[in-house]
Amino acid sequence: MNPLSKPWIWSWLAAAGAFALTLGLTSGRGAGELGYAALSFGAFAAIVGLGQMLVITLGPGNVDLSIPATMTLAATLALKTMGTVEGTAFVGLAVALGVGLAAGFANYMLILLLRLPPIIATLAASLIYQSLAIWSNRGLRIKPPRELADFATGQVMGIPNVAWAGLLLAAVVWVVLERSVWGRWLLATGQNTHAARLAGIPVEMIRAATYLSVAVFASLAGYLLASFSGGAALNMGTEYLLMSIAVVVIGGSSIAGGNSNVPGVWGAALFMFLVVSMLNSYGAGAGVRSVLTGTIIIAIVIAASTRRVRA
Amino acid sequence: MTDHERAPIVTLTDAARHFGPVRALDGVSLSVAPGDCIGLVGHNGAGKSTLVNLVNGGLSPSSGSIAFTRGETALQAGVRSVFQELSLCPNLTVAENLRISHTALTGPGWRRRARAEIGASLDTIFPNHGIDADAVVDTLSIAERQMVEIAIGFAPRGTEARLVILDEPTSSLDAGIADQLMAHVKRFCAAGGAVIFISHMLGEVFEVASRIVVLKDGRIVAERQTAKFTRAELVDAMGHVAAEAVESAVAERAFGPEVVSTAQGLRARKGEIVGLSGLAGHGQAAALAKLYLSRSSSWHSRKDPDVVFVAGDRARDGILPLWSILRNISVSVLQQGARWGLVNGGAEARIAAEWKSRIGIRTDNVENPILSLSGGNQQKVLFARALASPAPVVIMDDPMRGVDVGTKQDVYAMIRAEAAKGRTFLWYSTETEEVCQCDRVFVFRNHEISAELTGADISEEKILEASFEMQEAS
Repeated sequence: MNPLSKPWIWSWLAAAGAFALTLGLTSGRGAGELGYAALSFGAFAAIVGLGQMLVITLGPGNVDLSIPATMTLAATLALKTMGTVEGTAFVGLAVALGVGLAAGFANYMLILLLRLPPIIATLAASLIYQSLAIWSNRGLRIKPPRELADFATGQVMGIPNVAWAGLLLAAVVWVVLERSVWGRWLLATGQNTHAARLAGIPVEMIRAATYLSVAVFASLAGYLLASFSGGAALNMGTEYLLMSIAVVVIGGSSIAGGNSNVPGVWGAALFMFLVVSMLNSYGAGAGVRSVLTGTIIIAIVIAASTRRVRA
Repeated sequence: MTDHERAPIVTLTDAARHFGPVRALDGVSLSVAPGDCIGLVGHNGAGKSTLVNLVNGGLSPSSGSIAFTRGETALQAGVRSVFQELSLCPNLTVAENLRISHTALTGPGWRRRARAEIGASLDTIFPNHGIDADAVVDTLSIAERQMVEIAIGFAPRGTEARLVILDEPTSSLDAGIADQLMAHVKRFCAAGGAVIFISHMLGEVFEVASRIVVLKDGRIVAERQTAKFTRAELVDAMGHVAAEAVESAVAERAFGPEVVSTAQGLRARKGEIVGLSGLAGHGQAAALAKLYLSRSSSWHSRKDPDVVFVAGDRARDGILPLWSILRNISVSVLQQGARWGLVNGGAEARIAAEWKSRIGIRTDNVENPILSLSGGNQQKVLFARALASPAPVVIMDDPMRGVDVGTKQDVYAMIRAEAAKGRTFLWYSTETEEVCQCDRVFVFRNHEISAELTGADISEEKILEASFEMQEAS
């Protein structure tokens, strides 16, 4: 088996390349710090990316564009509930996940009952979630409880805690997709929903569970990000809209559905952070940085997809 | 043969085509002259589709050569193919589909000219076809799509069709339409055209072909004038001794209680094989789909499903194209061996290995992708998927499309054995011969049941009568 035929290898090679190029400038100093930062920031992209990957696996037309708004709303309500009081971390987590479940349920109902295309349904819903966040937040920045902030910025065995959360979630998603009946059903549904239904697969249950999962993952990411960065901000989710889709594609999952790739999502999440820090350390301006980031993403996607055709 | 008119249209000399280690075609020499109608027969995976793709230029040979007398390419030589896997664009109209292979149709008013050309072609081949040239292909039944595809194959398209390759053209057509096609093929060849006719229905091959070529494992094992073959010799040459004509009067069996009963009047008892017949596209497939969907759920799945479905339109209703053969077989029985919601890999591999040998799926490894199989073998995978499940009711929507004679006999035997064990089969088929093996037959006409036949009443005449009866009455 040629390792290069695995679609996820490309995102890891790209991440390693960006890592090496950045360190080339400092002749190897700061490797630990750079790796630590990549794991910390990559974790949030990986968590939302895993959710987005499940939705994209459902097949053409399936995508969740409400991820940023769900993150913001979940973080805002969780921090407001906790109100910087010690010992409320788990209450806050429950609130955040509850918001995620509610948002996922609302998204799915719009898709099921109004028969809206998911891209429209989730985009429209995200305006509502964002408005709710603005309304409840009113411009205040509430700090997370001290112990929660310590946890989110802390580490165990040299790995940031948020990265542990992201890795644990990736492991769970991997087992579900590769080993479980439910994962098989999801992959079958993504290849041909009609054929899957005729093969006895409960396709509506799969679709509902997937839209709930992505929203719960987004709310978890929002909760961790707000705790990590010292409070919820109304624009905290913005960059994760494109990010969640980019890590899925760079990670080697098929955008046409039915084929997903868990290790690739983490590789791509690290790469997305490392490529920006690489361009920063080479002194590229904001404009150049955007252009180069886009070009590099396109190149990786081409490399990964052409390998797959030949494999 | 010196006459220029009799010069072969295409000549293959020792042409071979390998896909990696697989020798799909292993050195074939064949020439096709104007006026020839060649019947090409062989089992699934014998190399028929590969041969066709060499002749029409879709593939180039790994070794050997292909020469056209007129022009350099298959296109210039007037070679056309009509495929077993339907290749129309479903979102375009009939006339627009003609335009795709007719590049000279340009400029203002091309739609009008396309309508006229496809209309004329359909009228010639299938009089009274009732297909609107402006209909979107998506809205047509599978039989109508096949008719359009055939009509496009024979349409002049700026030049003229000199050699038309028909790959299983009648598998989704009912008997009346198939007869129209046979008549047209004969006319076309008499007028100096040539046809390569591929079919698993040997009766048709005998009727229409002037010469029969038998392929086996990528080689030509016999090539004779049609008159010099008997049916038994032909089956022998293909290398599979088919059971003698199935004892059509299935022994009277005792059936259990009624297990299927729909508002439309479709009924079946435990252990019964119920056939659905009538002209293609008269609501049989819809009735079966409705029955299946009403007896299963989109929201939950049971370990012991009530019904299973065998699709005939593989690409649309059956195959999961990204997966291996193994995963395609096991998808409906995943819950059986599962513990804690995790797939039992060992049980899954056992089921796939068992069915690979029981139904004879031609592959050296069930981990190979499903799309590496020929069409007929993909169909076997769908059979295996359904029969591996313990469901008491099996619904089959014209499941024998593109399956070879030998496998058909095996599957018939398997169906009868399963029915004897108490399973119920609902079986829609476009082939009357298959329906005649059922214990009870419902004939459909205009989306309604026009007759229910049992026992000795089940005969080709009775079925045809019921298929047309109401049309005459109205």
